Amino acid sequence: MSDSIAIELRDVVKRFGDVVAVDHVNLQIRDGEFFSMLGPSGCGKTSTLRMIAGFELPTAGSILIHGREMGITPPHMRPVNTVFQSYALFPHMTVAQNIAFGLEMRKTPKDEIARRVKEALELVRLSGLEERRPRQLSGGQQQRVALARALVNHPEVLLLDEPLGALDQKLRKEMQLELKSLQARVGITFVFVTHDQEEALTMSDRIAVMNKGKLLQVGTPTEIYERPNCRFVADFIGETNFIDGVVIGRDGNYTVLETPEGLRFRGLAVRPLSDGTQVTYSIRPEKVRLLAPNGELPPNGLAGTVMTVNYIGSDTRITVRINDRRTIDVWEQNTRSTLDRDEYWQPGEAAVIVCPPDNALVLSE
Amino acid sequence: MATIQQQQQRRDRFRLALLLTPGLLWLLLFFALPLVIIFVYSFMTNDALGRVVYEPTLNNYITIFTQSLYVNAYLRSIWASVLTTVICLLIGYPLAVFIARSPQQWRMPLLMLILIPFWTNFLVRIYAWQIILANNGIINGLLEIIGVGRLTLLNTEGATLIGLIYGELPFMVLPLYAAIDRFDFTLMEAAADLGANKVQAFLRIMLPMTMPGIVAGSVLVFIPTLGQFVVSELLGGAKVDYLGNLIQRLFLRANPINWPLGSAMAVLMMLVLLVLIMMYFRVTSEEER
Amino acid sequence: MIKTAPATTASARIRGAFSEGRLTWSGLSLTVFSILVYLFLYVPIVILVIFSFTRDEFGVRWTGFTFDWYIRLFNNPRMMGAAWNTLVVATVSTIVSTIIGTMLAMAMERYRFRGRNAMEGLIYLPIVVPEIVMAVALLAFSAIIFDVIRMVTGEVLRRNLATVTIGHIAFSISFVVVVVRTSLKNFDRRLEEAAADLGADSWNIFWRITFPLILPGIIGGALLAFTLSLDDFIISLFLSGPGTSLLPVEVYNRVRRAITPEINAISTLMLLLSMALVALSQLLQRRR
Repeated sequence: MSDSIAIELRDVVKRFGDVVAVDHVNLQIRDGEFFSMLGPSGCGKTSTLRMIAGFELPTAGSILIHGREMGITPPHMRPVNTVFQSYALFPHMTVAQNIAFGLEMRKTPKDEIARRVKEALELVRLSGLEERRPRQLSGGQQQRVALARALVNHPEVLLLDEPLGALDQKLRKEMQLELKSLQARVGITFVFVTHDQEEALTMSDRIAVMNKGKLLQVGTPTEIYERPNCRFVADFIGETNFIDGVVIGRDGNYTVLETPEGLRFRGLAVRPLSDGTQVTYSIRPEKVRLLAPNGELPPNGLAGTVMTVNYIGSDTRITVRINDRRTIDVWEQNTRSTLDRDEYWQPGEAAVIVCPPDNALVLSE
Repeated sequence: MATIQQQQQRRDRFRLALLLTPGLLWLLLFFALPLVIIFVYSFMTNDALGRVVYEPTLNNYITIFTQSLYVNAYLRSIWASVLTTVICLLIGYPLAVFIARSPQQWRMPLLMLILIPFWTNFLVRIYAWQIILANNGIINGLLEIIGVGRLTLLNTEGATLIGLIYGELPFMVLPLYAAIDRFDFTLMEAAADLGANKVQAFLRIMLPMTMPGIVAGSVLVFIPTLGQFVVSELLGGAKVDYLGNLIQRLFLRANPINWPLGSAMAVLMMLVLLVLIMMYFRVTSEEER
Repeated sequence: MIKTAPATTASARIRGAFSEGRLTWSGLSLTVFSILVYLFLYVPIVILVIFSFTRDEFGVRWTGFTFDWYIRLFNNPRMMGAAWNTLVVATVSTIVSTIIGTMLAMAMERYRFRGRNAMEGLIYLPIVVPEIVMAVALLAFSAIIFDVIRMVTGEVLRRNLATVTIGHIAFSISFVVVVVRTSLKNFDRRLEEAAADLGADSWNIFWRITFPLILPGIIGGALLAFTLSLDDFIISLFLSGPGTSLLPVEVYNRVRRAITPEINAISTLMLLLSMALVALSQLLQRRR
């Protein structure tokens, strides 16, 4: 992975009538990286992708591909190719004709087309299906043809618009790994749009999280999951406990907040916060520890009562009530194999919750 | 940025103009303009040699409204069209239900059997009835065998009506089938489950939901029937005048021909059509609610 | 639970059969009724075909088999001329109306512009205006044009195949637009984006992607235009001139005088042609 920039978005805005689909987005995507754009539907990720491809023109701002200003360059003149959500394979052409289409448009010599189509089919493991029509292929195979059709042109950047959305769960997981390894092999920058956070975490070198047209955070999967910079990102990626409160001071590295009913929590703040700021405390359920009460509360501990216990195989998911209006979710990994009911938490049991401040975040906004 | 979009808009507008111009010109010149001409003609005078004299007058309309020949032709044509439409609907609806409820592999062949007459020359199909109804034709032959003796079948108004129904039935069945095929028959079971009897279920569920097909089919049958003249000529023996017969005669065969009067009749016919169709739409859209 | 399951499905099947209208009285009467309607539709056509082979010179009685009427038909220069005229008119009308109609369909389906609703009305009006009105309007129009030409150049023109063809095109365009628009509506526009993404310019996008995929719709529209022109009688009657008669007009003129088996024969041939066209259009639809 080099440090040169494949795609740069400078203050890009896209309006459709009164709707702002993309709101002043600044972004740099590095050469050779697997970059995901993640967000709920309507967050502007697809619009952003379509602007890079050239299907839409930005209302304001500029898009650069390898330093070249794209301006109004039409899609067919841009050095990028797209894998569409619905694959958009040409139904009246065979697999081989579909893949050859881009090369023919670029007036590539016939023998070279034949060679590269063959290579592309090998790359996506579809050799032997050259003469099939798209409708004679399974969803997974169509997906691979769409990939081959784009990659055969050696684009500077490959854009993928929710390409796995139409596949069933099992195939989807397979394709995630295959796409990732394919990307590593061809070394082309991938820009991958998805609304599936697990998919983004699994495949990406870096992720950009978007909501309501705004770019909220860009970072590695670990950064996005462990250090979300706002409530939306923490909520959208994975699951978490939220507790609202007001900053009342600092304790070493930690920021302290107090809830309306007077409970205090400590956690890491992403940016400096002055006293009195409205904040949200966030701790992921797998990072909370649950102990049996032994008379005395440990540091960062809270007394509570187990309400529900859901055994889901790998984990046990426990909801603990800590006062009249608040519960906290705790996930415990089932590290031991036992059938003994007493080994697990029981509803109604008294318990102590410990929230290690190094695992908790204090988020503003 | 603005200039870029202007550039693109200009290119788009050029392409649009290129696509639109031939069709627009053709339809304006060879459809809209001729209609304007007969509208203008309908207020002109005719001379004794059958030439149009450009002197504005309302006489053509006065003639139509005061002479029973013309008034009767309008009433007769409207009545025949209404009757044809209603009978086609009564025959076509059950038939369309039958096709839509047939096993999957039968549906296409059954529909094809409707399509063939639909695509077949109207004149030829009407002519076929002449053979059947002729004085020494097939039905009279049968009647003679059973001892009833010959009847006058051809050149009657009954023959005209049969011909109209026969000619227009496919135009009713096809849109009805399209609507009924889309109808989900489990809804009828749901209605029965909720306590509706078959008639109630039909009136409250199926009829409103297939109304678009009924409207389309009725309009498709009504319009050509109102202006027809072939059927009443070939099967009705031109004994009584329908709208189409009069218009045709005034334009082509009368001595002298009278285009202004014919134009006025055509304009009034369009007006009648417009009013009736609007009334029909109002009634059926209430039904849909 | 498991034991009772087969019984439930059996009763469901019986109920299904009833509701599908086979075992019930209402189902049976519907079937009988429908068979009668099909007979009503086809008996006249079958009789027409049969009586094109009868020896009876009035063509309404069976008095023995003969091919004579067909032979006479093919030796009748008037009929053959009219048939040729009909084919020429239908071919030209189909080509022109298909091209113009497809362009209009593209414009209506792909662009938003001022006056689009008015254009929509102008396109669909010819379908709802009674043909006889259109026919007399075109007749009046052609008379005026001919008058103008006579006054300007002194040349006396009469109605001919060109006037008929112009009329046929005017009403065929609308039907072509309807058919082609349907296939444009069903066309997935992302395929065009995909082609642009792969480097195709708008010329290549249209000819390599859009056109081949809407071609069945265009052919369907063309077949409809062809049939409309072949079958048209009213506009042909008003707009064809002396000596340039079309087949339906010729048939009409003969039928008004008397029934002859020769007319049965030509009608049978026209019927065959219509059936061939239906079959062709169905074949095309299936291929899609």
